[in-house]
Formats: sequence, C-alpha cells, structure tokens
Amino acid sequence: MATFMGINLFGLFGQLLVGLINGSFYALLSLGLAIIFGLLKIINFAQGAIYMLGAFAAYLALQYFGIGYWAALIVVPLVVGLLGVLMERFLIRPIANEDHLYSLLLTFGVALVLQGMFTHMFGSSGLSYAIPDALKGGTKLPFMYLPNYRAWIIIASLIVCVGTWWMIEKTKLGAYLRAGTENPALMQAFGINVPLMVTLTFGFGVALAGFAGVMAAPVYSVSPDMGSNILIVVFAIVVIGGMGSIGGAIITGLGMGIVEGLTKYFYPEASNTVIFLVMVIVLLIKPAGLFGKEA
Amino acid sequence: MSTTRPEKIRINDLHAFYGESHILHGIDMSIGQGELVTLLGRNGAGRSTTLKAIMSMVGRRTGSIVINGTETIDMPAHKIAHLGMGFCPEERGIFSSLNVEENLMLPPAVRSDGVSVEEIYEMFPNLYERRYSQGTRLSGGEQQMLALARILRTGANILLLDEITEGLAPVIVQKLAEVLMQLKGRGLTILLVEQNFRFAAPIADRHYVMEHGHIVEEVHAHELEAKTELLNTYLGV
Repeated sequence: MATFMGINLFGLFGQLLVGLINGSFYALLSLGLAIIFGLLKIINFAQGAIYMLGAFAAYLALQYFGIGYWAALIVVPLVVGLLGVLMERFLIRPIANEDHLYSLLLTFGVALVLQGMFTHMFGSSGLSYAIPDALKGGTKLPFMYLPNYRAWIIIASLIVCVGTWWMIEKTKLGAYLRAGTENPALMQAFGINVPLMVTLTFGFGVALAGFAGVMAAPVYSVSPDMGSNILIVVFAIVVIGGMGSIGGAIITGLGMGIVEGLTKYFYPEASNTVIFLVMVIVLLIKPAGLFGKEA
Repeated sequence: MSTTRPEKIRINDLHAFYGESHILHGIDMSIGQGELVTLLGRNGAGRSTTLKAIMSMVGRRTGSIVINGTETIDMPAHKIAHLGMGFCPEERGIFSSLNVEENLMLPPAVRSDGVSVEEIYEMFPNLYERRYSQGTRLSGGEQQMLALARILRTGANILLLDEITEGLAPVIVQKLAEVLMQLKGRGLTILLVEQNFRFAAPIADRHYVMEHGHIVEEVHAHELEAKTELLNTYLGV
C-alpha cells in the first residue's frame, strides 16, 4: 500500500474523490440557489426537494417509459424546469410583493409536500438506479481506483457549472440577468420583459437541481429524503460563499466538498460538522460570505 | 409653439401613488416633437415622479398618458420603451456588475435609427478609452455621459432625463448642454427635470413649474424675463 509520511495515499485520494463528487452536487445546487436568489431575492427551500424529484423522475422515466439515463439527463431538467416555471408563475409571483418571509415559507411548504408525496408513494427506503453501461467499470490510477461514473459526475457538473457561469458573466443574456439583479425597475424602463425573465430564471435554477438529481440517481440511493439531507449542507455552503455570487457558489461548493473529504480522512468524527464549523468562522470574520459583497 | 408640431406626449389628469401616498394630483401637459421642456420645482414637488409615472415605474397611476398617439396608462412597463422612449434616472442607473461597453449595449433598440456606437464614442471619447472598466468606476460625469449614450444608442426619440447635471463640474455641464442642443437639432423630444435653472434656461423651449404634485405654472422661453420674479418665488432660490 502506498504511503507518504505515514499517510495512506490510497485512502486519502479515495476520500478526496468522494469529496469532489459531493462537492459537484453542492456546486450544482448552490449555483441554482444563487441564480434564483440573485434575481428573485428569495431563498428557494424547495431546491432540495426538486433535486430529489429529478432523481425520482429519472427512476420513473426508466421504469415506466423506458427512457434511459442519457435521455433523462436532457428530458428531466426540461420537465423539472417547466414545473419551476409554473411554480414561479402561479405560486411565487402572487406573493412576490409581500415580505420575503412568505416566499421562503411557501417554498419550504412545497418541499414538504413533495417529500411527503414521494414518501407516501415509494416509502422512505431508497430505490436503486443502475449506472449506464457506457460508464460502468473504472480506471486504475497510481494511487487510487477511479470509477468511470464518478469521474463523469465531476466532469459533467464542472461543464454545466462553468457553462452557466460563462453564460451569466460573459454573454448579453447574462448581462440582462446581472442588470436585472441590480435594478429590475430600470430594466423594465429599458423595455426588457422582467417578469418573463424572472420566470425563466427560476425555471433554469430549478432545472439545475433536476439535473443534479439525475446525476445523483446512480450513486446515491433514490429516496424521498435525499433532498432535505443535502439541502442543509448546501445552505451552509451558500452562506459561506456569499448569497448571490455565481462564481462563489461554484468554487465554494467544490471547495467544501474537498474540505469534507479531507476531514473524513484525517478526523472522520468531524466530517458531518466541518462545513458548519467553517460557516461559523466565515460568519464571524466576513459576514457577507467569502465572495459576497458587503452590504 | 407645441400646437404647430406633432404631439409626442400628452398627459391628462395624471395621478400617481406609492403605496398609500398620493404623489401626483392631476398633471396635464403636452410636448411636441423636437421640443425641449423642463420640469422645475423644489425637491419633493413630484418632478421625478412625473418621469417615473410616464415610464410606469410608480406603484399605481391613473389618468391618461398618450405617447406618439398610443394610450399607455394600462400598458405593461416593459412595452413603453418600445414606443421610442429613453429614460435616464436621477441616480443614473449605471450597473456595477457590467463594464462600460456592456452598460452601453444593454438596453435593446427601440427604434431602428439609433446613434451608432462609433458615433457615441466620437461624441464621448472618454467612454471609448474606458470601455472595459467597471461601469461604476467611471467619474460622475462619465457615468452621466454613459447613461445618456446608452439611451441614444437605442434609437429612442423621446428622452426623459432626470437631474442630469446634478453634482457635475461646470465644464461637463457645458458639454451636456451642447449634447442636448445637438439632439434637439436632430428632432429629438426631451423632457428634462432640472434643478440648475441656469443650465436649463438657455436651451429649453418651455418650462413647467411643479409644486406639491401639481403643475402650477407654464413659462415659455420668451416669457422668462417677465416671469423671473414669479419663478424665484416658486423655486425659492
């Protein structure tokens, strides 16, 4: 077994990989939250439930319609995004002018309803979803065994995250989004249909969670509480990164996955709490978050 | 004067509200094509609110606002710009998350014959030099130029400008006066909210004086001398 200065490299790299994979999901979910928060100024508590919905949608699509993994990767985010569009239009918009506490409670309610529905229909024990044939097996690296599907998770989520970042920071569409985040009233006066932009943005942020759900189905067990478990951590990550920063959400998501992985290797007892510890420290030192702007 | 030109803006009995507060109490005004009209008055008289009410940026508005012959009082806010309107808010509204060029290119074209980007950079060379700087890193004067240039590029031919000289050095104020005269020469219609009467007097065709959400006086350019005293009482200088 390979060791370096008393460290078991095999174990260390294994945990780093797990950390990177968790971090990929954190990044996708917190990115969606950050996009939605930026334009709508609401905290979407349903993001975790929608991630769970994405995983179930992939499972059900395969069971009942014979839609495989690759098709699900495209179809499920579209369907989930459409649900997001309807949710924004008919649930969130009517209370958009009320205190943000209402929309927070509303999305929390949606999360509970979704989770309750799926628990009722499928029970709380997890269902399994097979890894697609093309990504079965793995590669033997000098210090670790790298399963292909896990490598795919990291690559695919990086592509989606960086692509989203590029779209928001470097394109005209993104300029509309950034400007709308700063001053929606002026964007309306310039002739931009801001309500439509808000609806589509919410749909896109939610679709990211749906995409993460499909990606997660083959590695985590598909269960009704998978969303609520991860969401608590994702909220801590959003607080660490700073609300509303797109790049910050991605970097913090991946970074915290790695921190968690390293902790699992060096001091496993703290691995479930280390992110919250980081959150407390960040809040004490830089309350707006690592990438947030001071108010 | 306005009767001989095609009417670009006609406002009748305009009331505007922010929540429970009733800000405008029945405004009537008419602006003809190519006119430069100012709204004078003290702070809080309702001048900025009048511009915002025209752009439907207030809580609620009633009455009638006809732009280019189209009634807009029930129109969604994002459709109003497409009647050829360009709005420059008092706080300038330069976006800090966008660079200068992104700010310039941001508003969609509302008519086909906007000022070209080349022409804008010719008119405001500073903007060209600093086109990749963050929008809010510009000096106050440059930001004002950018806010103005931004709506000229869209082809808007009715401009609503709110306090564009506020806090700017005299040489920049002079430059803005030149630009406005140039635009007026091109046939653009301009409604200007202005505190700086010395800036407005020589370039405007008419002035409306506002107080407590009403229009209390209309002064044509040729009546300025005769009504100086009256204006001084209203503006409280």
